Amino acid sequence: MKKFFLFSIGQKYLMGVTGLGLAFFVLAHMLGNLLIFAGDKAYNLYMHQMVNMKASVIVQTGLLTAFLLHIILALILGVKNYFSRSEKYARQASGWKATAWYQKTLIAQGAVILVFVILHLITFKFGAHYEVVYEGKTVRNLFQLVIEVFQKPVMVIWYLIALLILFVHLFHGLSSSFQSLGLSHPRFDSWIKKLSLGYAVFVTVGYISLPIYVFFFV
Amino acid sequence: MVLKLKIWRQEQGQKDGRFESYVLEELSSDMSFLEMLDQLNENLVKKKKVPVAFDHDCREGICGSCSLVINGNPHGPHTGSAVCQLHLRSFKDREEVWVEPFRAKAFPVIQDLIVDRSSLDRIIQSGGYISVNTGSAPEAHSIPVEKGKAEEAFSNAACIGCGACVAVCKNASASLFVSAKLSHLNLLPQGQAEKKSRALRMVGQMEKEGFGACTNTGACSRACPKEISLRSIARMNREYLKAYLSSD
Repeated sequence: MKKFFLFSIGQKYLMGVTGLGLAFFVLAHMLGNLLIFAGDKAYNLYMHQMVNMKASVIVQTGLLTAFLLHIILALILGVKNYFSRSEKYARQASGWKATAWYQKTLIAQGAVILVFVILHLITFKFGAHYEVVYEGKTVRNLFQLVIEVFQKPVMVIWYLIALLILFVHLFHGLSSSFQSLGLSHPRFDSWIKKLSLGYAVFVTVGYISLPIYVFFFV
Repeated sequence: MVLKLKIWRQEQGQKDGRFESYVLEELSSDMSFLEMLDQLNENLVKKKKVPVAFDHDCREGICGSCSLVINGNPHGPHTGSAVCQLHLRSFKDREEVWVEPFRAKAFPVIQDLIVDRSSLDRIIQSGGYISVNTGSAPEAHSIPVEKGKAEEAFSNAACIGCGACVAVCKNASASLFVSAKLSHLNLLPQGQAEKKSRALRMVGQMEKEGFGACTNTGACSRACPKEISLRSIARMNREYLKAYLSSD
């Protein structure tokens, strides 16, 4: 199997699988976040349960592995792709033959998302530790931290930018994963495109609703 | 009409070249792009200058020889056609037109606009063939081929191997070419004997030649004069995995 992953097709398989895994994570994380609308108790208890469940270590290890693999493969493929064209064109393709900007900038998008994830972890996971007591049980008051963070306009704008970049990354990445995994058929090709767009819109709108809600309505 | 040309000139054996400007006047809009280059070359020869070297053969879009990138677009602005089928009526009078060779590490420039595409030939040599018994030709109708598969194989067989997919791809990937050749033979009953080894060898050779990886942008399919579908690349990925898992 070693040789399989030395070839770009094999690497793209792994890229697709890790990408789909991460795409599933962002959906699950977004749905959990929506509990903010149910109030501080529901939100804080859910987050407490997530962090303290038995499978937490396994999920976090899996996530970190998928994330690192996705980044390492992107760099390996990126270097290979860069050197496959020694002399650049003087003019860029235009019209129908052009490559969309969001497909040319996937690595840059990934870099922004990486920076975002690191800052996001610093802000929330390793951020200010407030506590609250519900029925005699002390849990971390993440709700309060979220409210605090998203009352700063700078944070709201930064989250909006990062999330829009996540949107374009997801939009290309999802349908592209299926293609890399060899899953393409006249019967469901158009559905893959539509589902990728729908998924990316759903996830992004879900995430964006949080800072917007906190900033304008809390 | 008048065209202001910026043409890539690179002497044989040289590693680098430069753009040279030429202004052509009194051109007919009904001329083909290659006829315009012929006229430019006649002018250059008359002035005892070296004519522009460019690849061409059939001039009817079926041989895959022509290989120009015009204003950034392989085979020019139109879709589903090769540059030999491009006419000057597609340009504005006094337009500046940049003409470059196909650019890829696997396609080194030989001279001016001519590139060495033998990397594609080596991919074909590695697995783009079928085994047939010697002796008299078999009766064509003796092997039934399912209609849908025949159509799909034929669409892929339409690939003329020009390399526009490589030229337009941001990664200079040959995935569309290799997948078209692989699909053509792997879909047909005649190609079943080498089905697995073909996938392994052709993909292996593609990798060896230094082409980039596929980012699934679809630019290849849009620049392809034969409009080969991106679905062929998904098939190649599938066939490669299957062949890898089940090979001895």
